[in-house]
Amino acid sequence: MSKPLLTLDKATIQFGGLTAVGDFSLHVHPNELVGLIGPNGAGKTTAFNLITGVYQPTAGAIHFSERHILGLKPHDLTKLGIARTFQNIRLFGSLTVFDNVRAATQLHRLHGIRSALWRGIGFHHAEKEVETQVLELLDIFDLAKMRDEEAKSLPYGDQRRLEIVRALATKPKLLLLDEPAAGMNPTEKEELMKLIQFIKDKFKIAIMLVEHDMKVVMGICEKIAVLEYGKKIAEGTPDEIQKNPKVIAAYLGTEEDDDDA
Amino acid sequence: MKLEGAKRWLIAGIALAVLVSLFSAQFNRYYLGIAIDCGISIILAVSLNLINGHTGQFSLGHAGFMAVGGYSAAKLTLVCSPMVPDSLKPLLFLAALVLGGCMAAVIGLGVGIPSLRLKGDYLAIVTLGFGEIIRVVVQNMESVGAASGLKGIPKYTTLGWTFALAAITIYVVAALVNSTYGRGFIAVNDDEVAASSMGINPVRYKVTAFVIGAFFAGVAGGLYAHHKQFLSPTGFDFLKSIDIVVMVILGGMGRTVGVIIAAIILTLLPEVLRQFADYRMIIYSLLIIGLMMARPQGLFTFGQKKKGAAAI
Repeated sequence: MSKPLLTLDKATIQFGGLTAVGDFSLHVHPNELVGLIGPNGAGKTTAFNLITGVYQPTAGAIHFSERHILGLKPHDLTKLGIARTFQNIRLFGSLTVFDNVRAATQLHRLHGIRSALWRGIGFHHAEKEVETQVLELLDIFDLAKMRDEEAKSLPYGDQRRLEIVRALATKPKLLLLDEPAAGMNPTEKEELMKLIQFIKDKFKIAIMLVEHDMKVVMGICEKIAVLEYGKKIAEGTPDEIQKNPKVIAAYLGTEEDDDDA
Repeated sequence: MKLEGAKRWLIAGIALAVLVSLFSAQFNRYYLGIAIDCGISIILAVSLNLINGHTGQFSLGHAGFMAVGGYSAAKLTLVCSPMVPDSLKPLLFLAALVLGGCMAAVIGLGVGIPSLRLKGDYLAIVTLGFGEIIRVVVQNMESVGAASGLKGIPKYTTLGWTFALAAITIYVVAALVNSTYGRGFIAVNDDEVAASSMGINPVRYKVTAFVIGAFFAGVAGGLYAHHKQFLSPTGFDFLKSIDIVVMVILGGMGRTVGVIIAAIILTLLPEVLRQFADYRMIIYSLLIIGLMMARPQGLFTFGQKKKGAAAI
C-alpha cells in the first residue's frame, strides 16, 4: 500500500489529570475512507482537534504528508491540506453561500491586500478565477441556485452540505467530517452516504469521519477505529469491527440501539 | 459594477472634493467648519467600522490613535513650516498627514499584536486603557504643550483635503472588504474557529484591520489638528472614542453607507441642538437612546450587504 497520508503515533492529550486521548496510533492512506467511532465522550472530536491543530498533543507525534505537524496552527494545517467540518455547524452566518465558499478559497488566492486595493488586471483575473471555481463547486453540490442566500437562512441539510463544500474549497488532501449525519433523517442519511462516497471518488481525497450512526459508518468506511475512554480498542474493516468482542462490549452489543440514536 | 468602476468612483470623489473646495471662500465660515467636521467624522467612523463592524473587534481606542496622528502631524508642521516656502506647504501638509497616519499605525501594531488575542469586552477594556495612556502621556509631554495644549498650528485643512481623504478612506475599506481577500475579515467576525480551519489566519486579519483603522484615525487626527489649530489632551478622552463607536453602531455594523450617514448626522446634531443651550447634551443622549431602541440593528441597514461580485 502507498505511504500513509496521516500518521498518528501514540498521540496523547491530557487535560489536567484526565487523559482525553491516550496513545492513539492510526494511519490514514491517500483516498482512504476511515471511520472513527466510540461511545459519547470517548475522545473522537478531541482526536479531530489534535489532527487539525486546535489542541496540541501532550505526547506522541502526528505526521501529515510525511511532515511533522506539531505546533502548527489550524490555518497552517489547512494550507498543508487538512480541512474539516464541525459537529455543530459553523458556517459564516452573515455571508452568502457564495461568499462562504469564496472565503475558503483565499488561502490559495493569487492576490493580497495590495492587489485588492490597486484593483489592476491581475486582480480581475484572480477574482474571476475564484468565481469560476466557487460556482463549479456549488454546482456539483447543487447549491448554485442559492448562491446569494445568507448561509444562516439555509435549511439544515443544505447548511451541512455547504460546510462540506466550504471545506473542499480549501483543496484538501484529507477531509475530516465531524458527525456529518447528526440530526438527519434516514433519507438524508442515505443521500449523505452517497455524497461522501462521491466526494471520495471525485476529488480523490482521504476522508475521516466521526459518526454515531452505525449504518452510515459500516456502509461506507473501508477502515474503522474504535475509541473508548480515549484509548483505541479496535481497528479493522467494518466486518471485523462488528465481530470484535471489545467493541460489542463497549457498545453493549447494540448495533440496533445505535441506529435509533 | 466593474472593478475599474470602484477606482472611477474614488477619482470622481476626490475631484469633486477639490472642485467644491475651490469655492470655499464663498461659503459661510461656520458652515464650512461644520462640513470639515463631518468629513473628519466620516474618516473616523469608516475606519473604525473596519475594526468594529467588519472584523467584529470591539475597539474603544480610536480617539487614542487620532491623538497620536494629530500631535505627530501638528508637531511636524510646527517645526517645519517656517523653513518651507509657501508653494511647498501642501506637500508639507501631506507629509504631516502621512506621518500622523503612520505613527498611529505603528502604535496600532504595537497595541494590536498582544491585545487582539483578547475578545469582546476584554479587548474593549484594553483599548480603552490604551486611549487613556495616550492622553495621560500627552498631558505630561512638555514638547507638545502638555495640559495647556498645542497652540498655533497652521490652518492647512480645507474642504478639499478632508473630503478627498474621506473618499480614499471609504475606497480603501470598501475595496478591501469587497474582495476574496477581504471576505476573511467578515469570516473572522462570524466564526473565528471556522475561519481558522478554512486557512484564514484570524490574528493576522485582526491586526491588519486594526493597523489600517489606526492609520486613518491618525490621518483624521492630522486633519483635525490643522482644522482647529489647537490640540488639547482633553479632546481625545474616551468620550471621543465612544462618539465614534456610536456612529458605527448607529449606522449599522459593517454597513459603510449607513456609517457615513450616521457620522454626518451625529456631527450635525450637536450643532442643530445648539439653540437648546444647556439641554443640548441631554437631548442628544435621549435621541441616541431612542434611536438604539427603535433600530438596534443600525439606522441605515437598507439593502443587503454586497453579494458575490467583487465590486464596490
